[in-house]
Amino acid sequence: MEATAEGQQHPISIYLKIWLLLFVLSTLSYLVDVMGFESYLRWGLILLFMFLKAGFIIAIFMHMAWERLALAYAILCPPLCLLVLIGLMAIEAEYTFLTRLLFFSQ
Amino acid sequence: MSDISTTGAVLAEGMPGIVDDWSADKEAFQVPWGKAMMWIFLLSDTFIFSCFLTSYMNVRMSTTVPWPNPSEVFALTIFGNHMPLILIAIMTFILISSSGTMAMAVNFGYRKDRVKTAVLMLATAAFGVSFVGMQAFEWTKLIEEGVRPWGNPMGAAQFGSCFFMITGFHGLHVSAGVIYLSIVAFKVYRGDYDKSNNYEAVEIAGLYWHFVDLVWVFIFAFFYLW
Repeated sequence: MEATAEGQQHPISIYLKIWLLLFVLSTLSYLVDVMGFESYLRWGLILLFMFLKAGFIIAIFMHMAWERLALAYAILCPPLCLLVLIGLMAIEAEYTFLTRLLFFSQ
Repeated sequence: MSDISTTGAVLAEGMPGIVDDWSADKEAFQVPWGKAMMWIFLLSDTFIFSCFLTSYMNVRMSTTVPWPNPSEVFALTIFGNHMPLILIAIMTFILISSSGTMAMAVNFGYRKDRVKTAVLMLATAAFGVSFVGMQAFEWTKLIEEGVRPWGNPMGAAQFGSCFFMITGFHGLHVSAGVIYLSIVAFKVYRGDYDKSNNYEAVEIAGLYWHFVDLVWVFIFAFFYLW
């Protein structure tokens, strides 16, 4: 069905499918902890399941997949600035960590 | 597959559509203003939560004391079984279920099914209340174990401040959402949106609720699983 100015009308089955899928993805991300995966395998799987869940919630539950690109880009692009913040804070944290190692070892 | 504007004109797709929507002397977003405003509010909220999570990353990376293992900190013993992170997993499933009932409520709203919409919204609010209840239980348990914003017996002192700040702010959003949903559900049941023949308010409330679930997805991944 089509999204119009009247509102978002979609078959109910699509919501039930996404609901089930989110349950499966949550179970999988919980299993990452139960199975005791470590290091890059753990972080990779956590991020994979996280982005899949976030994507399905935004695209289907929040109807972003059916909104016009002018709205989708206006909402989804600004958070990309956060990558700069995360990058800078990671560098800063690394510096603080090394400084602390030097200071505390004296 | 072309969209129709609020004035009834056929709108261009893809990149030409973006240029048209932004450059013409008219509204840029072809959605009701309430929906556009909610999206912009959620965008600003995204930045707030991101600041919390980024500062959490910063203190966790820079501490020389080992970080407490969340898998153990949030473990519970149920019927003699030691289960790691079980409460958080249950909270995750509850919040996803609430998102499911909310999506259904929006759908029934656009079908003008007054009673089903109100009932599903109240079910969503009930899931939200149980989520906050479990969070209160979790806070109580950790406070009894000696976790404080300035220190804790398990490891790095920053653990407590991150935990209380991030989950507290999220819990505040859930609580506000429960009140918001209850009000809209009441208005649905009273027939306000039948009179105006416009159930847009249900979808806007739904956007807020799905966002609360969305934030939890990131908190679950970065704070509890990492």
